[in-house]
Amino acid sequence: MAPDLLLTARNLTKKFGDFTAVDGIDVEVRKGEAFGFLGPNGAGKSSTMRMVGAVSPVTSGELRIFGLDPETHAQQIKARLGNCPQKDLLDEELSVEENLWVYGRFFGLSKAEVRERATELLEFAQLTERRADKVEHLSGGMKRRLVIARSLINNPELLLLDEPTTGLDPQARHILWDRLFRLKRQGVTLIITTHYMDEAEQLCDRLVVMDKGAIAAEGSPKDLIARYSTREVVEVRFDADDHGAFADSLSGIGERMEVLPDRILLYADDGDAATAAIADRGIDTLSTLVRRSTLEDVFLHLTGRTLID
Amino acid sequence: MLGYALWRFVLLRDVLAFKRMWWLFLSGFVEPVFYLFSIGIGLGALVNDVTTDQGMVISYAAFVAPAMLAASAMNGSIADTTYNFFAKLKFSKTYDTMLATPARPWDVAIGEILWSLIRGGVYSAIFFVVALAMGFVRSWWAVLAIPAALLIGAAFAGVGMWATTYMRSWKDFEFVTLVIQPMFLFSATFFPLAVYPESLQWLVKVMPLYHGVELQRGLLLGDMHGGLVVSVLYLVVLCALGLWGASRRISRLLLT
Repeated sequence: MAPDLLLTARNLTKKFGDFTAVDGIDVEVRKGEAFGFLGPNGAGKSSTMRMVGAVSPVTSGELRIFGLDPETHAQQIKARLGNCPQKDLLDEELSVEENLWVYGRFFGLSKAEVRERATELLEFAQLTERRADKVEHLSGGMKRRLVIARSLINNPELLLLDEPTTGLDPQARHILWDRLFRLKRQGVTLIITTHYMDEAEQLCDRLVVMDKGAIAAEGSPKDLIARYSTREVVEVRFDADDHGAFADSLSGIGERMEVLPDRILLYADDGDAATAAIADRGIDTLSTLVRRSTLEDVFLHLTGRTLID
Repeated sequence: MLGYALWRFVLLRDVLAFKRMWWLFLSGFVEPVFYLFSIGIGLGALVNDVTTDQGMVISYAAFVAPAMLAASAMNGSIADTTYNFFAKLKFSKTYDTMLATPARPWDVAIGEILWSLIRGGVYSAIFFVVALAMGFVRSWWAVLAIPAALLIGAAFAGVGMWATTYMRSWKDFEFVTLVIQPMFLFSATFFPLAVYPESLQWLVKVMPLYHGVELQRGLLLGDMHGGLVVSVLYLVVLCALGLWGASRRISRLLLT
């Protein structure tokens, strides 16, 4: 394994009884990059993350983290990982700083070391003022920042973030993204799962699109959009319940069309030209909106479904 | 060294959490004290002296006191490793978080058992002082009563934790009551084994509390006999078995 590969997976598979959660994926993550797993709920992202976190045995295939096999070296791997699970899982019976102290001790840090590290991390997570508060009194965004602070207590080389901003309001999300950018600049390798395409676009250097346990595509957000979508998209809405009925009247405009229950998407490199073409045909739309292509469009093209149902 | 004795920090976590809930401590030790006063002394006033299974003739209260010491050790352990352990295992997911670190399932099991022992040990010590003050301690062997209480506690903690890993919901804890209650009443706690017909005596003898009661009775009354070696071994094996089983089950439940 090349020295700068922190993670390699070959034909990695996870089964729960008859159900295949992860279906033979191949992934490589290099040191210093922010790598994403993008996919809807149930795509197998969390199962993958748990295997990478060495808390879930691999059913078949090969997985190496820092070149180590989680089956035989789980402790060594966990010592160098930071783990932010999807649910906050903070200790509600402890105070904010006690959560950090206790967690840090499991990594072999001394009492003095965890206290010093906790002070730094509370500053980083903007929670210094709340240090002595009970965890249950924190807001959702604060809790999530505390989980991230906790996961950093051992100075991890690789940070796993499972759905880091799910359930947060827009302001809390932006604060969190800012913190994650800082970590990335400090050289921490990030692996992020998300079903938010904007999050993936903002944070990830490279990502895989996952669907039904398998990888549908891989690349940088820009590459994926260039490869699987057009530069722009026109969202056309009609004053009707069934948008499928209008598909024929729009055919030939743009390169490709996706019919959704509440709108029709026309993929075109020049969105304004496509809008003009609709007007030229005299079609009576409720609204037309030109926007840039996103990973959502990539996902839709690859799977025929939207990311968030 | 990586991951050396990480159960220490499971214990640390419990100590920190406990600072906020110290009052929960009270409930565990008052019960055996109440039994001692109501049954041992109150009811004991109506009862003649008792002849122990070893042939010693003593007052009824002196007969019941060692049994209550054993029961207090059991109660402390069972409270922590059933209800409290279940809440942390299923709801607050305390152990999922710990297992994401280098801590291993047996660190969780050992740490939680030690915590329950600290708690149970304090209950037993308080009860012992009460028994001593009331003159129910008759022998210097009684200096071993607290270590013996810890052994009883460890055995119940191990098995209690193991059983709890099979619980599906709070309703299943009815089974704990269903086992503990009769054991508390019939393990030669309130009357000697000799009152049972021969055929039922073996059933009492397989109960772990019976061995705890025998041990404490021997120590407090200074009535040492060979059977106590069997009781000690029984409790040691039970503790080891519980620890092993609980660790395995924690692995199976959380590392999936």
